[in-house]
Amino acid sequence: MGAGEVASLLRRRMSASPQIAPLIRFGQVLLRTFPGLFYCLVLLSGCSDSRNHISQGKHPEQESNYQSQAYKGKMEPDDGQWIRPAKDLASTRYSSLDQINTGNAKTLKLAWTFSTGLVRGHEAAPLVVNNTMYLVTPWPNLLYALDLTKPGAPVKWTFDPQPAPESQGVACCDVVNRGAAYAAGKIFYNTLDDYTVAVDANTGKLVWKMRLGDIHKGETMTMAPLVVKDKVIVGNSGGEFGVRGWVTALDVNSGKIVWRAYSTGPDSDVLIGPNFKPFYAQDRGKDLGVSSWPPDAWKIGGGTMWGWMSYDPDLNLLYHGTANPGPWNPDVRPGDNKWTAGIFARNPDTGEARWYYQYNPHDLYDYDGINENVLLDLPINGQTRKVLINAERNGHMYVIDRTSGEVLSANPYGYVNTATGVDLKTGITQAVEEKKPRFGAVVREICPAAPGAKDWQPMAFSPRTGLLYVPHNNLCMDMEGVDANYIAGTPYVAANVRMYAGPGGHAGEFTAWDPVAGKEVWKIKDRFPVWSGALATAGDVVFFGTLDGWFKAVDAHNGSELWQFKCGSGIIGQPISYRGPDGKQYIAIFSGVGGWAGAIVAGRLDARDPTAALGFANAMKDLPQYTTKGGTLYVFTLP
Amino acid sequence: MKIHLILSTVLLLVLVACTRETRDFQQPAALSEPASGVHMSELHPGGAPVPKPITNPFESNAYGVSEGKRLYESYNCVGCHAHGGGGIGPPLIDLKWIYGAEPANVYATIVEGRPNGMPSFRGKIPENQVWEIVAYVRSLSGQLSKDVSGGREDHMYGKKAESSTPKENPKISRPLGNPVPEHKQ
Ligand code: HEC
Repeated sequence: MGAGEVASLLRRRMSASPQIAPLIRFGQVLLRTFPGLFYCLVLLSGCSDSRNHISQGKHPEQESNYQSQAYKGKMEPDDGQWIRPAKDLASTRYSSLDQINTGNAKTLKLAWTFSTGLVRGHEAAPLVVNNTMYLVTPWPNLLYALDLTKPGAPVKWTFDPQPAPESQGVACCDVVNRGAAYAAGKIFYNTLDDYTVAVDANTGKLVWKMRLGDIHKGETMTMAPLVVKDKVIVGNSGGEFGVRGWVTALDVNSGKIVWRAYSTGPDSDVLIGPNFKPFYAQDRGKDLGVSSWPPDAWKIGGGTMWGWMSYDPDLNLLYHGTANPGPWNPDVRPGDNKWTAGIFARNPDTGEARWYYQYNPHDLYDYDGINENVLLDLPINGQTRKVLINAERNGHMYVIDRTSGEVLSANPYGYVNTATGVDLKTGITQAVEEKKPRFGAVVREICPAAPGAKDWQPMAFSPRTGLLYVPHNNLCMDMEGVDANYIAGTPYVAANVRMYAGPGGHAGEFTAWDPVAGKEVWKIKDRFPVWSGALATAGDVVFFGTLDGWFKAVDAHNGSELWQFKCGSGIIGQPISYRGPDGKQYIAIFSGVGGWAGAIVAGRLDARDPTAALGFANAMKDLPQYTTKGGTLYVFTLP
Repeated sequence: MKIHLILSTVLLLVLVACTRETRDFQQPAALSEPASGVHMSELHPGGAPVPKPITNPFESNAYGVSEGKRLYESYNCVGCHAHGGGGIGPPLIDLKWIYGAEPANVYATIVEGRPNGMPSFRGKIPENQVWEIVAYVRSLSGQLSKDVSGGREDHMYGKKAESSTPKENPKISRPLGNPVPEHKQ
């Protein structure tokens, strides 16, 4: 549109509204006299629009001559049970059962179902121990034991921890629970109101419960514990409430707290001592958990641990990430904000930190570092290295030496325009200046968005193909920093966010990733973020579910679809595979939409407000047309 | 006759405009007893008298409503309810109310809290500010007259960002019919 066109437009408007005619006439005269004025105006308005400065983002590299390469490392033996959400301590989510294979998967049939009667997001993985299935529900965190030896798996017992109803108000992203863990005859799990409970696996009676946090400060617990030797290790949630993050180890038999490691504050609180040897210089120094913050900000600085942990028995090291610093608005907290948005290796006996690496120093976008770490021994540059693989929220697939914390590679596995890469010498993420959020200004097209290229939804690894199967997101966002006001027990976010699908227009992806080459092998796109976990099996069948309720079996080699089943509600659970008492292989998955991505349905949010659900509702506007709420477990087997 | 009509209309407008623009820094006395006007059910067994709803003077006052908006943000209501679309708490721009739409209901919600996670702000927010917030909350679902309600927040929108990235045709892996994944051989 040029000045002439504007003038004629103004003329047309003029006849419609005589009241403003004099103004318009003045405008016309101005434009006619100074035609350049129009272009000046356009230029000026362009200045405030960050999209005019877009730098090209990076897409994942695709592997052109992929050769299926069996894994040479060692896998934990599989007894056909499923005693922890991640299956093994290395978090591979791989089942060695192979009755269901690429040839017969298309004949999979529903075996039985179980309704929880709850309508919030069902993120938990079922457990199977001694022919009993254990299910943890979202709040009110019921624990069901189902008898797999009887037809239809009737309820053996139900345990009700009676969590406080108020705790629902301080759970940022739906009242989910990610599952339980079995050890020493007990089921361990966390309640939304901050208790860890131990329940007798046979009788369903409470063995002990321990209160670990305070909902009045905005703390909740949603993660699945990991049992290492004689300790149950748990962490808190509440990064959107200005809580101070921690990881705590409890004695399996008594529930007594053995150690607690905070993610912020002085070294003594973080359990940093003489054996702390981070690989990179920026992580060395005294009390960085205090000095990398404005005064006292570390006390409400976040760094929660609501995600996944892995354990290497040979190195005796526990691996866990730390979540985003608070508030989201980064201008409020100048500094690196240690030890948030990074990963710790700790001695599980004492909690003592061994090394740390910060994925996102001074995190700008709510990129929590709490995704699962898959522990593998991989040939890297001709040498077998003990590594951990982490699909970080920031869009990079990190391969890190798990003995030292050295980053060996970090390639984008989704679309990224917030960083140009990671400097492998210094370990520093190369941030893109024009994508930095600004106080009181909307910065547009930030990719990945706050939930990251991948959120909590755990990936799986198959030793038969050597590939990782990664359920993830393709989301971008607009973000604006606003004033922060800390009121204990209320959100401490200080940002307006609006999300939408990334390049291509689809919001979800399921990627098969070659961790040795650092490249994508195949990819399935989905309309919605793939918010369920993944399961890999020895039959070369990979399972995952979609937010609109399709449970899918795909070929591990090429991603072609073998079978799918439409469940009653969207899927955000974690599929598992087990051997039933009849010797058959079963696949189980929770359906029940919710979580951050599905909150629009579970909480019946109104997407006319693009900032609903911290901006996620905007990207999920049409999800209510595809699915409704309601939790049900589905179990499948071959006929 | 015609003159009278015009005159009285003008007068009326002026009057309306007056309350609209009033900046009342005193707490309205009549509002101190909201509880008597709260009812949570439309059922009144045995024809019991229906309590008369309380009116909130800030609801005809644009300044009060805009103050309510500011306070809604500074007391972090926005963190749980977003700009009305909801999140942890339910949306406030729709017409569904769990605990009632009347000013006294909304007042009680804020001051008393609600069992499934709405905190009680008793003793935290001065009473006249609560009434300003009540006015703003009710304006979100269009319960106030247009001339006092602020416009809908839309600065997060701007140019349709989605359209500035090149559109491909995503292969959606649904429903049946074997969508071909993009695999690179
Ligand atoms: C910590 C989160 C949180 C904060 C902060 C919060 N709310 Fe709520 N609010 C909730 C939840 C959760 C509910 C639903 C409670 C229930 O169903 O029992 C709710 C309910 C409500 C309702 C009732 C809606 C209905 O349908 O009846 C209103 C009105 C409301 N809140 C307004 C506010 C206002 C105003 C503020 C700020 C002064 C505020 N809320 C702050 C979480 C919050």
